[in-house]
Amino acid sequence: MALAALLVVGSILVGLQGGVLLDQGGILNILTRSTVLGLVAVGQTIVIISGSLDLSVAYLVGLCSLVAAETMAGSDGMMLPGVLLALAVAAVVGLVNGLVVTVLKVNAFIATLGVALILRGYLEQNYTGPAGSVPRAFQHLGFDRIGPVPIGVLLMLLVAALAWWYLKRTRGGYHTYAVGGDVDVARLSGVRTGRTIVTAHVLCAVAAGLAGVFLASRLGSGAPYVGTDAGYDLESIAAVVLGGTALAGGRGGVVGTIGGVLILATLDTVFDDLAVDPFFKDVVRGIVLIVAVALYARRKHSRRSA
Amino acid sequence: MTAPTTWRPRLADGTAPVLAVLAVLLVALAFAGPAYSEPAGYLALLKRAAPLVLLAIGQYFVIVSGGFDLSVGSLVTAEVVIAARLIEGDDANTPWVIVLLLGFGLLVGLVNGLITTKLLVPSFIVTLGMLLILDGAVFLWTGGAPRGALSPSFRVFGRGGVDLPVLGHLPWSVVILLAVLVAAVLFMRGGTGRTLVAVGDNENAVRLAGGRVDRLKVLAFVLSGLLAALAAILLGGFAGVSAQVGEGLEFRAITAVVLGGVLLGGGRGSVVAAAAGALTLEALFSLLNLLGVAGALESAVQGVIIIAAVAYAALGVNPRLALRSRAGPPEPARRQSPPHKENR
Repeated sequence: MALAALLVVGSILVGLQGGVLLDQGGILNILTRSTVLGLVAVGQTIVIISGSLDLSVAYLVGLCSLVAAETMAGSDGMMLPGVLLALAVAAVVGLVNGLVVTVLKVNAFIATLGVALILRGYLEQNYTGPAGSVPRAFQHLGFDRIGPVPIGVLLMLLVAALAWWYLKRTRGGYHTYAVGGDVDVARLSGVRTGRTIVTAHVLCAVAAGLAGVFLASRLGSGAPYVGTDAGYDLESIAAVVLGGTALAGGRGGVVGTIGGVLILATLDTVFDDLAVDPFFKDVVRGIVLIVAVALYARRKHSRRSA
Repeated sequence: MTAPTTWRPRLADGTAPVLAVLAVLLVALAFAGPAYSEPAGYLALLKRAAPLVLLAIGQYFVIVSGGFDLSVGSLVTAEVVIAARLIEGDDANTPWVIVLLLGFGLLVGLVNGLITTKLLVPSFIVTLGMLLILDGAVFLWTGGAPRGALSPSFRVFGRGGVDLPVLGHLPWSVVILLAVLVAAVLFMRGGTGRTLVAVGDNENAVRLAGGRVDRLKVLAFVLSGLLAALAAILLGGFAGVSAQVGEGLEFRAITAVVLGGVLLGGGRGSVVAAAAGALTLEALFSLLNLLGVAGALESAVQGVIIIAAVAYAALGVNPRLALRSRAGPPEPARRQSPPHKENR
């Protein structure tokens, strides 16, 4: 709904400037912009629904882009190992996140912040700039299209569909909602709460790893700070919440998140078309975030009291 | 934690671990650096730590009432940049600019609080939005390079001090810090402070008991904003003007509070422990510096230690609970509450 309203307003604004927002190129532009954030945010959705949270994704994206690019080192034969290794590293980081949260009983906020700091220390110690390189063949992932649609967009939609399927159609998904709704009730109902939360963290990390791999293909090399420069940690949480998922867990879904990501991407596109100062964009983004969630909260509130 | 129950209420839950860590760090500092064999070294540490401790105290108010304040880092930056721009190095401007800065901090806190309580937006999102707004506005205003300069009389709060007979040089920031800490402790001992903790524990119970929940929450955000302004004044004097001065301080303040055993989600923890958490963090940085740990590895070590300390605090409580529940009527096990339990 908010997305539709934004699209209308955006179209009018851009139209006034003599441009067109919503032709085929425009839509694809918006979708392309959403790819990376979309991948990260879909993973973040799963973690947040389980009642947890992941602040380490931004550094993880950078790390995985490096792992992928350095493993490939420009050779075609190493493409698959590079991707697999990057995803494996991501899965391990997710596992660590999950175990710290469940076994060591550290609050997710602090646990993932701590892991983020560790990753940051590693990145800063070992890298000063871009490193590694991907073969030309691998860049097809970042730049090719199937028909009119970029592969990256398809990748994002595929991951979103998988996440949707996991959350809505599998036992693990049901458990994720149950754990996020109330850990104690879930545990007493026989759900292995710890395992569910760890799984959520691993899935989230792998999604972030995919984002890193995709960025490596797009940039042609690994870059330690791509994730943090874009603020994927807070931005992905914002997208998830914008999509109507409750920060406390237990409610929401992937479809809303994609909507949230699209809202942010549309905003970016509109501002670019209008040539708005990039710093002003941040201001408006903050306001939109607050207003959108306020509207959402209000609607929910009135529905409850009605 | 094994202390007799008679004095446990005075030393709130979770305070003991952070004090132990702090003590270890201070001893380690004394061995690592000659400067820490006399009071002056520790005073310098306190002076460096003062802004973070102030932020942690402010963050404590918000966290214990069940919220989050992610906007303090960008608020500090905004305050410092505004101060430099308005003062333009002129001493005559200092007094009214300080008043204005405190007013601005208060205003930001008020807006955070009102949006959280009236529009029912989770405070995580409100203050995240505020972070984006303030950051964007600062850059928009300055174009990335802050202009203007702070006056000597403004900087005196962060750098200057008085010479006392016994202690030697006593920095103003330490005096301010102690004053705020004492005020905060008194506040938390009073009725309002106690109700604030109750709001974090169970908002509905407080509401049903006739407590003004919304007003208390707004108050917490206002205090956090005010203290951030104060921290900015100290930091501006100490570190000077840049557009990065407040970067990451929000996470550091939250870390400090949690390190002090305050429960994210609210309802438990003491303000002294939060302050001690901030001091511990700062002592940790000093120690890493003294030991010559490279800047890059510093954050990794910090990450490990934070996780370890919080895990220790979390697990340290658990065996006792387990024992008790086996022996007698089970104590209602507090579930590891998710960080955001407000306004579902």
